[in-house]
Amino acid sequence: MRWKGLVLPAGAVVLAEACARIFGIQSDSLAAPSQILVAAWGLLRDGSLFAMLGQTLLSALGGLLIGGGAGLLLALVLGLSPVLTRLLRLPIEALRPIPSIAILPVFLMVFGFGYRLEIANVSFACFWPSLIIGQAAISGIEPRLLEVSRVLGLGFWGRITKIVIPAALPRLFVAFRLAASVALIVAVTVEIALNPQGMGYELMSAQSSLRPEVMFAILLYIGVTGWSVNAALLLAQRRLFGRAGALPGAVPGEAA
Amino acid sequence: MKRLREFGWRAASVAVGLGFLGLWQFVAWRRFVNPVFLPGPIETWNAMLDGFRTGMLGERTLATVQRMLYGWVVASLVGIGLGAAIGSSRRARDYLAPTLEFLRPLPSSAIVPVGIAFFGLSNAMVIGVVAFGSLWPTLLATIHGFAAVERRLIEVARMLRLSRGAVMVQIAFPSALPDILAAMRLGLITALILSVVGEILAFQGGLGSQILEASRAYRSPELFAGVLVLGMIGLASNLALSALETRLLRWRAPR
Repeated sequence: MRWKGLVLPAGAVVLAEACARIFGIQSDSLAAPSQILVAAWGLLRDGSLFAMLGQTLLSALGGLLIGGGAGLLLALVLGLSPVLTRLLRLPIEALRPIPSIAILPVFLMVFGFGYRLEIANVSFACFWPSLIIGQAAISGIEPRLLEVSRVLGLGFWGRITKIVIPAALPRLFVAFRLAASVALIVAVTVEIALNPQGMGYELMSAQSSLRPEVMFAILLYIGVTGWSVNAALLLAQRRLFGRAGALPGAVPGEAA
Repeated sequence: MKRLREFGWRAASVAVGLGFLGLWQFVAWRRFVNPVFLPGPIETWNAMLDGFRTGMLGERTLATVQRMLYGWVVASLVGIGLGAAIGSSRRARDYLAPTLEFLRPLPSSAIVPVGIAFFGLSNAMVIGVVAFGSLWPTLLATIHGFAAVERRLIEVARMLRLSRGAVMVQIAFPSALPDILAAMRLGLITALILSVVGEILAFQGGLGSQILEASRAYRSPELFAGVLVLGMIGLASNLALSALETRLLRWRAPR
């Protein structure tokens, strides 16, 4: 059955190549698949792929660790304190709908261009899915487990490390996985919009220097990167937790 | 008694929110943070009112909201139509789903340069990119919703000799609706983000241009006013869609 999925992309590639060969396209916005492949190989051979990939991944990872970590930490605290959850409801509901791209110029003013700008913006974006899904994960813990922890007289840290984290771990991993895909998306978006580094920036500059084959080659690499990160984390989730991580219903998140 | 307690909690939460605002005002007033970067909440609020009074901010807000809504409406209609067609046919799913799944993790902002290459730095480019980017959540959720219709419902429909079209409209669509609405909400946020990205890159006016210009010129009250308005647009669209969701899904058994 799997070959059927290949028909459409393969057909599109063959058709595009045929059109390019027959009509001899000389365009600033289109390139034949063979030219794109040559450009992709060129990026791989001269190492520029790894330079831009490294910049993007470093920013995404930094933001994921800071923002996602802070979100999970707050989720843990709120998960254990219903009072705090209710008190912070309004501030959280008021801040969450701010689109992450809107904060970008604020960080630009503070940090200027570079890694700090990108990491700060990715952190802001990763914070929310991590907080919301983390909270859902912790509120999904069997209440009897928490009662047991109370009976055992565990302190705050004891409850977190011995009961809450082990019980909620599969779903916390889901939060981490979704925050990771947000991180990559936002990092590329920041690079496309403003920040002169990484894959997003190279994509933009290939476009503005009218090299469509390079532009499509980078687009291909961005797609492959996103897909591989997603696939690797999904695989890790299945290996580590089986079906335990599955969330019921749609999952809140943010995409750009 | 219960309502009173609920009200009390809400009031306490508002008080905490006001407390944060007060803290922000205090930090700005005592200049703990360089005032070039951080205006106080009152200054931000005044900048926003000034902006609306002169009409500039209103015009830009309208431009951004228009782009967001045009793109989102087109994306939702195409997404639901195409998704219904693909989702209800096993063969179409076999051929198309792998390609769509490969494209799903692609950042939708990555098609901005492609859009520029084809349409130049124009308004049409921004709307096209918004529509294309916010298409994915709705399209994929509709495919999933139509594919996951309870088998027994389809069997009942067959017993009742409903036509293919009637099955899609009367059975598959309502059963996919929760998925579709959740995705449309995500699509609307994506549309807002892409409108701003498009405006930042294409200098087409709107709030994206406003916040970028204000940031470049270190006019932080104006910048924060723009961020505030964008946050309110996000909040309003979220609330509107939740209200729509509750209304359209009233027929479902309460959970």
